[in-house]
Amino acid sequence: MKKDIILAGVGGQGILSIAATIGTAALSKGLFLKQAEVHGMSQRGGDVQSNLRISDREIASDLIPMGKADMIISVEPMESLRYLPMLSPNGWLITNIKPYINIRNYPEMDKLMAEIESQPRHIAMDADEIARQMGSPKSANMVILGAASPFLDIDYESLQNAIRTIFRKKGDEIVQVNLDALQAGRDFAMSKMN
Amino acid sequence: MQKLLLLGDEAIAQGAIDAGMSGIYAYPGTPSTEITEYVMHSKEAKSGKVVASWGANEKTAMEAALGMSYAGKRAMVCMKHVGLNVAADAFVNSAITGANGGLIVVAADDPSMHSSQNEQDSRFYGKFALIPILEPGNQQEAYDMVHYGFELSEKYRIPVLMRITTRLAHSRSGVARREVREQNEIKLPENLKQFILLPANARRQYKGLLNSQAAYILESEKSPYNVLLDHSDKKMGLIACGLAYNYLIENFDDHKVPHPVLRIGQYPLPEKQIRDLYETCDSLLILEDGYPLVEELIRGFMNNGKPVKGRLDGTIPRDGELNPNIIARALGLPDEHGRDIPAIVSSRPPSLCKGCPHIYSYNALNEALLTAGKGRVFSDIGCYTLGALEPFDAINSCVDMGASITMAKGAADAGLVPAVAVIGDSTFTHSGMTGLLDAVISKSPITVIILDNATTAMTGGQDSSALGKIEDIVAALGVEKDHIRILNPLQKHHEENLAVMKEELAYQGVSVVIPRRECIQTVTRRMRETKKQQLTEKSEA
Repeated sequence: MKKDIILAGVGGQGILSIAATIGTAALSKGLFLKQAEVHGMSQRGGDVQSNLRISDREIASDLIPMGKADMIISVEPMESLRYLPMLSPNGWLITNIKPYINIRNYPEMDKLMAEIESQPRHIAMDADEIARQMGSPKSANMVILGAASPFLDIDYESLQNAIRTIFRKKGDEIVQVNLDALQAGRDFAMSKMN
Repeated sequence: MQKLLLLGDEAIAQGAIDAGMSGIYAYPGTPSTEITEYVMHSKEAKSGKVVASWGANEKTAMEAALGMSYAGKRAMVCMKHVGLNVAADAFVNSAITGANGGLIVVAADDPSMHSSQNEQDSRFYGKFALIPILEPGNQQEAYDMVHYGFELSEKYRIPVLMRITTRLAHSRSGVARREVREQNEIKLPENLKQFILLPANARRQYKGLLNSQAAYILESEKSPYNVLLDHSDKKMGLIACGLAYNYLIENFDDHKVPHPVLRIGQYPLPEKQIRDLYETCDSLLILEDGYPLVEELIRGFMNNGKPVKGRLDGTIPRDGELNPNIIARALGLPDEHGRDIPAIVSSRPPSLCKGCPHIYSYNALNEALLTAGKGRVFSDIGCYTLGALEPFDAINSCVDMGASITMAKGAADAGLVPAVAVIGDSTFTHSGMTGLLDAVISKSPITVIILDNATTAMTGGQDSSALGKIEDIVAALGVEKDHIRILNPLQKHHEENLAVMKEELAYQGVSVVIPRRECIQTVTRRMRETKKQQLTEKSEA
């Protein structure tokens, strides 16, 4: 088993919460893991990514080789496309379509969507809207993780347990909100695959 | 024991705690900051068992660590690569004094300049100072090498340089801990003249350092971190330093490289293994992050031996961080990649946060300088360097910590008046104070704007040594009281801030303007923590 994942977003969007959840689940299964993060200057509203590698065998490089990523999980639509050279031809692009616009030359939404739709295997959702409808606007990242969950090769229960572990300190209510968000994202992805 | 999931930086920190370190000193700098932060948040530091503190700059941190080593205890000092330039005087001379308690200097290099002004290679500093260097290849090695490094340091009474790069510093993996070693007791150097570098002593100490070189090479030859892996295809032999080894084996099924590979994790280079590899292979390919240090040494000036490939002959790009694909190309392996980035994807440079006080300082400064024109603002290292980008386009230099004030002075001496320096509070106490003294003494007509956001913001909000002291320092350095002006950088104060800046730009002497408002990131974090605390108290009540 090997999953190489690019997590993408804008500094401050909290992509590392997704990484932490997958990481916790992977460790609980006794898998090897490497996760390269971006700290420093780019965290100030710039493009950020994380290379997350999970395997049942020892992992060599902290960086995923180009064209070998099994999936891109992005919390922002334009950022999801920045890492296409990393994605394998069979890889999945799983992205939020809610734009984060802090630059003047942000592309037009219809062109952006056309690019995303042209990817052979993709799941695109407005995770912010799904989270808002559930009454928990802050859990959009867990919606996106839920949408990625069918492709992770980590059983769903382990992801749920990881959320319980990570959010335990914040109380049962927060745990449940995040579990619901995870499920909503998963349901969305499943409905697109059928 | 369950493995801990640690950043390379955190692995070094945990290693140091477990290896019986008594004190860690640092100035924040990406990608080294998390080492000291991790120790600060540990129970060992909170209980006072381990000292963990930010120095005013890397030089003061280096000297404090040397002092702890003098007292016989294990000490660590951490900095980013350019921080070693600041600490260089103390660093190079610490090789002459030698250590007493174990002393590890961690320099975190930033190849590809993710968050830096250059990509200098700290291994050259280690070689220059003639001390052993350790270069971990993964997070577990980072942890283990701290134990090993302290032992090596105490065995030879010499500081050891640990060189890491951004990729290891900021990548997480599982790390197994060892048994915790007790800290050293206070024990003075056996020779109380060891640390007195008067010429007569210094010559003796230096000869001792030179005489130790052979022993350091021998240590490298038997080091567990320098391993020659023999494989059948001898048309080419590989030398892979630190992380480069991982990128290399990533390219082969089951990580099996067909060529002999010498893994390097400790310097000076192990002469025996290098010779063995050279003699048995037709050519060599050198893989190293940073500058071609190993490649230059092996190739030599005449370059008349077997072919040696690497960064110097273009087999590997001369600059930038290594990755698996660069090495695949160097080996002639297929270099795959996915679809191209669509043309509609725009670059997204970092920017000042919404509500950042610097925004309002730059708005006022830009307007105040309208009549004088552009090209007069010397700036420095910090979040405010982002003032170089749109929409501000407000600054004209960013060179090294503290250079804003001194460059403004030099430009003013040349007749460029008004000349402005823009520097942050923490950068000011790091390296701005001495330059301001120069300007005061020569009565240079400069306007120094000290952006006081009460923290070291760019690296994540560490305590600033300047907190609550700036006016006093500035006044004590001789700036006239009437020309020390405090502003509140908010939109609603724009007109009065503008007026003050115009007045001070017109003043023909040294003036200091201090726009003061806390960093929006640290305010938010503080509010979140207060809320969390209230929640805990509520649930406990």
